[in-house]
Amino acid sequence: MAWFRRTKAGINTELNDQIDVPKGHWIKCKECASTVNRRELQRNLLVCSECGYHFPMSGMEYYRLLFDDAEFEVFDTNLVSQDPLEFTDRKPYPKRLAEAHRKTGLTDAATGAMGKIGGHPTSITAMDFKFIGGSMGSVVGEVISRAIKRAYTQETPLVIITQSGGARMMEGALSLMQLAKTSAHLTRLHDKGLPLIVVLANPTTGGVTASYAMLGDIHLAEPGALIGFAGPRVIRETMGQDLPEGFQRSEFLKEKGFVDQIVSRAEMKSRISQLLDLLLEPAAG
Amino acid sequence: MAKTQNQPLEFERPLLELEAKLEEMRALRGDEPSADLNEAIGKLESRFHELRQSIYKNLTRWQRVQIARHPMRPYSLDHISAWTDGFQELHGDRLFGDDPAMVAGLTTFKGGRYGYKDRTVAIVGQQKGRDTKMRKYRRFGMSNPEGYRKALRVMRMAAKFGKPVICLLDTPGAFPGLEAEERGQAEAIARNLFEMARLPVPIVVVVIGEGASGGALGIGVGDRILMMENAWYSVISPESCSSILWRSWDYKEEAARGLKLTAPDLQPLGIIDDIIAEPLGGAHHDPESAFSATGKAVAKALAELDGIAPDVLLEQRLQKFDAMGVFESVDTPEEDVVSGS
Ligand SMILES: [Zn+2]
Repeated sequence: MAWFRRTKAGINTELNDQIDVPKGHWIKCKECASTVNRRELQRNLLVCSECGYHFPMSGMEYYRLLFDDAEFEVFDTNLVSQDPLEFTDRKPYPKRLAEAHRKTGLTDAATGAMGKIGGHPTSITAMDFKFIGGSMGSVVGEVISRAIKRAYTQETPLVIITQSGGARMMEGALSLMQLAKTSAHLTRLHDKGLPLIVVLANPTTGGVTASYAMLGDIHLAEPGALIGFAGPRVIRETMGQDLPEGFQRSEFLKEKGFVDQIVSRAEMKSRISQLLDLLLEPAAG
Repeated sequence: MAKTQNQPLEFERPLLELEAKLEEMRALRGDEPSADLNEAIGKLESRFHELRQSIYKNLTRWQRVQIARHPMRPYSLDHISAWTDGFQELHGDRLFGDDPAMVAGLTTFKGGRYGYKDRTVAIVGQQKGRDTKMRKYRRFGMSNPEGYRKALRVMRMAAKFGKPVICLLDTPGAFPGLEAEERGQAEAIARNLFEMARLPVPIVVVVIGEGASGGALGIGVGDRILMMENAWYSVISPESCSSILWRSWDYKEEAARGLKLTAPDLQPLGIIDDIIAEPLGGAHHDPESAFSATGKAVAKALAELDGIAPDVLLEQRLQKFDAMGVFESVDTPEEDVVSGS
């Protein structure tokens, strides 16, 4: 905790500060290389108007996008890593945490929120790729678990938005155990007959895919998201050959039977609320 | 005196050199006995014992990783044949195929000899091969989705017939192949984590060698997590960690140190319950005593879990994993309520 000092309520950052793209009026799309206007990109939910590439979006922006009237209560922005292994690689882990905090205003790579979607009270937990690659250590595991608990104690559906490189190396086996911890809590949600909708954003790999990201009743993926267990580089080395075009992308996962639908950001809210209506019957009033 | 193994590890070389010298002097004494030679041999013998103690009692984390990977280390099937009787291996996931990197089946655990009782158990375990041909056949202990799904099928059968499950972890990771991804490696592991968290029979997990990443954890959720003294268990192998964080393969020792991946590291973190002591130098130096220590530890764990009602067992299992993680709450100065535009 030595690395952390709360200077202001870090979550109230403006939308502008949340975009994971360089400052300036013009931004180059990573996919089609066309130059897009920043304001237009913001209006377009960080989706390239030329090619439909989905730029990374913060958890807070997902909450604004998905909750009715963009009204919601945020939880668990006060949990911080304690560097339990006193881990140092080229940089001490607390330094990485402090830098990520400074850059994002977040305390770790996931938050939770409660609000309504299509009138249905819903628990959402969203990951943030910008915080150390969205990696899952003790804090992320706890935040996700608390969001699951909020859903099963308040008997609401759960939506998890995943964007992560996997388990966080700097917390060793503790990170690995977060796969088991979150999955164990999901059994309780299941036993109560409550829905889990997973939204797979770019990228979702490693331990996050090998736990809650693949345990939804329904899996929605943003277009073109990288989704897999092993990274493409490792697989290429194992196979000793180039990987097929589109390998481990949303469309590939759908073809192979692991994703139900590919849904663009603009349609995500209405799609989730339709699905909740079907699963829970439309909300009263 | 137990002879140092014929496939020594790098750090065992000084021992081997001393041992060779001793043999030489003993041979010489056979030809021409002398008091001087006796004294010299005695001195060398005590130096050998001191060195042996100082090396094996002060193993670094990286040295333990090497012991965990020793080609003569006992594998899952060795443990199974040592402390069970009449193992019936069961093949296939009923969906796609069979995976030789994972073994699964029913057997009689010979608990009677460890003060428990003989009884039917289901065992699932990651299996490595001993020679070049078998190593390839067992895919170096790296499972495809079929392995995890076969393990789950057998665990569910165990639950149906009220038999406890024993899981033996020994893998350098899930197989990172193109077809493994196509057939849902991540889904297979995730499904196991979910189903193992609600399997209504006792599950005893033993990390017997390498416990790498989700590939190991895919059969690693249980009520008791035991770990052999020289096994390792972590989120990633030291080599891969070095390559990603240091951007070089040369920092595996630093990575092993940083990851805190040994049994003595993990017990205080609550990740494992008990450490199974190994013979000096590692299980491969004296497999029989390693088997009996492991059998005894499994018997103790099974005995402790006997007679616990399934709902209580599952609640305790959830609490066990819920408690894993180290973090801190900092005060929030104000209510974090955010309203939109
Ligand atoms: Zn574009």
